[in-house]
Amino acid sequence: MEELRVRRIREGTVIDHIPPGKALKVLSILGISGSEGTVVAVLMNVESRKLGKKDIVKLEGRFLTRDEVDEIALVAPTATINIIRDYEVAEKFSLTLPKVLEGIVRCPNPRCVSNVPGEPVVSRLELVDPERGLYRCHYCGRLVEVSEMEELLLQ
Amino acid sequence: MSGRDLVDLEDLDEGEIREILRMASGHDPPRATRTLDGKILGLAFFEPSTRTKASFTSAMLRLGGSVVDMGEPSTTSLAKGEGFSDTLRILSGYCDALVIRHKLDGAARYASELLDIPVVNAGDGSRAHPTQALLDLYTIGKIKGRLEGLSVGVLGDLKYGRAANSFILAISRFSPKVLYLISPPLLRPRREVLEALRRRTDFRIVENPRDVIGELDILYVTRIQRERFPDPEEYERVKNSYVVDLELLKEAREDLRILHPLPRVGEIRNEVDGTPFAAYFEQARNGVPVRMAVLEWVLGHGGA
Repeated sequence: MEELRVRRIREGTVIDHIPPGKALKVLSILGISGSEGTVVAVLMNVESRKLGKKDIVKLEGRFLTRDEVDEIALVAPTATINIIRDYEVAEKFSLTLPKVLEGIVRCPNPRCVSNVPGEPVVSRLELVDPERGLYRCHYCGRLVEVSEMEELLLQ
Repeated sequence: MSGRDLVDLEDLDEGEIREILRMASGHDPPRATRTLDGKILGLAFFEPSTRTKASFTSAMLRLGGSVVDMGEPSTTSLAKGEGFSDTLRILSGYCDALVIRHKLDGAARYASELLDIPVVNAGDGSRAHPTQALLDLYTIGKIKGRLEGLSVGVLGDLKYGRAANSFILAISRFSPKVLYLISPPLLRPRREVLEALRRRTDFRIVENPRDVIGELDILYVTRIQRERFPDPEEYERVKNSYVVDLELLKEAREDLRILHPLPRVGEIRNEVDGTPFAAYFEQARNGVPVRMAVLEWVLGHGGA
């Protein structure tokens, strides 16, 4: 159904199965603001058999690589990535949590040295338990769950 | 000659911990040597300290080295607004290794990444105090003849107390018979500490020291600070349950030994000092031999 709302793209990337309402967060993580000049289609709260509702993002003319998409898992762990060439899905992959998050998420511990303003310190969280989506702050040792991270995103 | 950091005991394997303890016994009682002749140790205490700073100074002088002290935080360039990292970088140009204490969690880790010289953590926030934990282990080895298989209770502020945190993690690596974590519910260890313990040892969370005192080989006492309680009445209500006095010790085994990182403010009554239970002054004396070993270890004189 939703395919009819926005036309199919010829070349580029479709990010499907984004939890409803998270499409803009996904774009923000990818650093896409719209000023790039290429076609970006954002569908929010469309029907989904798998999720009930979902968001979809279509990027015309841009091919995301595995390396750049993993951070999407922080806000949209269910998302799937479809690389489109000549209107066909040329490649499809799901997301895995990045092993290290450097400068992406701030440590929730206000007394952590990585939160000191004016210091050239870059936050660093390391994945310690992929099954539970658990990260640990490299500096203070605080455990951080993926579900907490949306509020901790830097930028 | 290589150098290495001592930021957290969790970075060391058991063999390295034992190596430092072995080196410490070679310096006990401390005597003058020349192993660090001509070396300079920088002291960067961003938080007040008397014992730790004095024992590092004493240790360095015993080894034939000397110290450069950044001074009190209120009188340094930090007070003029200079960044933490700038202060450290500049100070590191004046010495061969740096001891750092700071109120922020992870400060020593950050310093160790910033600087080319070895960094020794003398306490970062509520996180870690590895040289204290080493001297705790050393003291236990000395008075009990072993580190393994002991029934250990840790009492007090287990959430924010860095000495308690480092000690809990350190002793958990030496297969305690059982490890009791004794505190008011508000001051139980942080999640990351409990998760690490779960992988290592049998531990139990206890609220009242009376319930376990009769089983213990070692009771490690730390201070409960009033400021930790959002409700002052709550503090008044619990504080007396965590005081170690002769009344509590009636139930204790004869060979129980009590440790405390000091300073204490009433949580161990003075009446306990003259009993065979009291090992905390002996523990404080071990600070110098253990820190001599640490300084040799970080500056590359290890495993002689």
